[in-house]
Amino acid sequence: MSSDALKAATQFVALNEKSEPYLVGSRCEACDQLFPGLRQHCAGCYSRDCMKQIDLGTHGSLYSYTVVHRSYKGVSVPFVSAVVDMDGGGSIKGTMLNVPPDPDELTFGMPLSVVFRCASCINPEAEGYVSHFFTPALDA
Amino acid sequence: MSDRVYVIGADMIRFGRFEDETPPSLAAKASLLALDDCNVGIQDIQAVYSGNCGETMVGQRMLQIIGQTGVPVANVTNACATGATAFREAWMAIRAGVCDLALAVGSEKMAKGVLVRKNRAGDAVPREGLVGSETMPAVFAEMGMEHARRFGTTLEQFAMVSVKNHFHSTMNPKAMYQKETPLEEVLGSEMIAYPNTKLMCSVNVDGSAAAVLCSEKKMKSLGLSKRAVLVKASALASDPFTPRNTVMPDLNAVTQLAANAAYESGGIGPDDIDLVELHDCFATAEICHYENLQLCAAGEGANLLQSGATTLGGKIPVNVSGGLLSKGHPLGATGIANVCEVVMQLRGEAGARQVENARVGMTHVVGLGSACAVHILERI
Repeated sequence: MSSDALKAATQFVALNEKSEPYLVGSRCEACDQLFPGLRQHCAGCYSRDCMKQIDLGTHGSLYSYTVVHRSYKGVSVPFVSAVVDMDGGGSIKGTMLNVPPDPDELTFGMPLSVVFRCASCINPEAEGYVSHFFTPALDA
Repeated sequence: MSDRVYVIGADMIRFGRFEDETPPSLAAKASLLALDDCNVGIQDIQAVYSGNCGETMVGQRMLQIIGQTGVPVANVTNACATGATAFREAWMAIRAGVCDLALAVGSEKMAKGVLVRKNRAGDAVPREGLVGSETMPAVFAEMGMEHARRFGTTLEQFAMVSVKNHFHSTMNPKAMYQKETPLEEVLGSEMIAYPNTKLMCSVNVDGSAAAVLCSEKKMKSLGLSKRAVLVKASALASDPFTPRNTVMPDLNAVTQLAANAAYESGGIGPDDIDLVELHDCFATAEICHYENLQLCAAGEGANLLQSGATTLGGKIPVNVSGGLLSKGHPLGATGIANVCEVVMQLRGEAGARQVENARVGMTHVVGLGSACAVHILERI
């Protein structure tokens, strides 16, 4: 992936000043609640215009998951859909890479790393778009 | 105003696939059945609340089929809680004294297969498969796996929900599927989203259901006190904030909120409930909702199921109609179809699947997005 061609595939990814992707979130400055993606107001404490853009980090743990065997037309199956609690707070959903799509290979709470890949690895039409994925922790 | 609101007529069509029908024509069929159930004509109805997720103006278009009386019609949509929301709107109108006699009808024409979500604003690339899965089987699988994480619930225990509800369906001539499925068959059917196999998923079908509601005064003047059923409580909740709600719809919290409100406003508790029709859109959901509806303590859902308590003949039978898993799940109709079942049970007219001495019944639906409606009905 040449960095100057990168675009964010979803609202969960942003590019920093070096055009490197990161998992973008929002922190409520009134109640400290973290959210994936950018937002303006807080759904938790109802404060307005209180959100600060943050990096949700690169490490988390597996909260819940499913192994998807039937999906929308054209989407390759099976794959692991994961709900991940980030180590620095906040939760986000993602597809897991580098793990067999088998419940026996997955453990609640297992440490995960965030990796960024071209979305074309999932969707051939998404060349040039970068998306986030999870893998078993790279430095565990 | 009328403090006490009654259901005097309730009926549904047997759900299925009806190529030649439209939502209004399906709604018309159920409405006529419900009107006939209480010997009321469409000309007597003072307001219509129509639930449908896929189309607009279904209520008016239905009246264009069965009688254009000029009464107020409101069309509501609330995902899988749509029918129950229409029912609640009718209840509110009568309770507020705006009218004495109202019709609530739910209908849906469904596409086959997995429901497809529209692409969201803010995403250049569709999320499905890229950011996990947002199919309904996957969302409810993740809810079940959260339960497994907390309480050790197993695939087999979730599958037992389908075994039970499919057993119940053999006694319901209006269930789309009326076939027992032993545990091995449930476990051996195609895996859709672990742990939900195909036989642990409700089916997308067409259907309609309707209910006629009225005030106490009207019920008495119509001489219908023998078959009228009291709406003891009606509660509707939207999803309260919980930390993972934005990535993982919290259908537990929204159900707990609605259930608490229903118990409180009805002045009764879980021990007073004789049967429950709850939202078993996927087998994983049913065990979670036992706990959310306080039929048992947190973590005891799988034990409650395995004890036989929620099977016909048990302490608190759940989904004796066969549930969504057997009847099919036409989104807009579902919430009224479960009212039809409870009304039939409280009247003692449920035949082979009759819950003995049923006096109080509960209905529950959740709509992803999220909404939860809980109604408590009582025999008078």
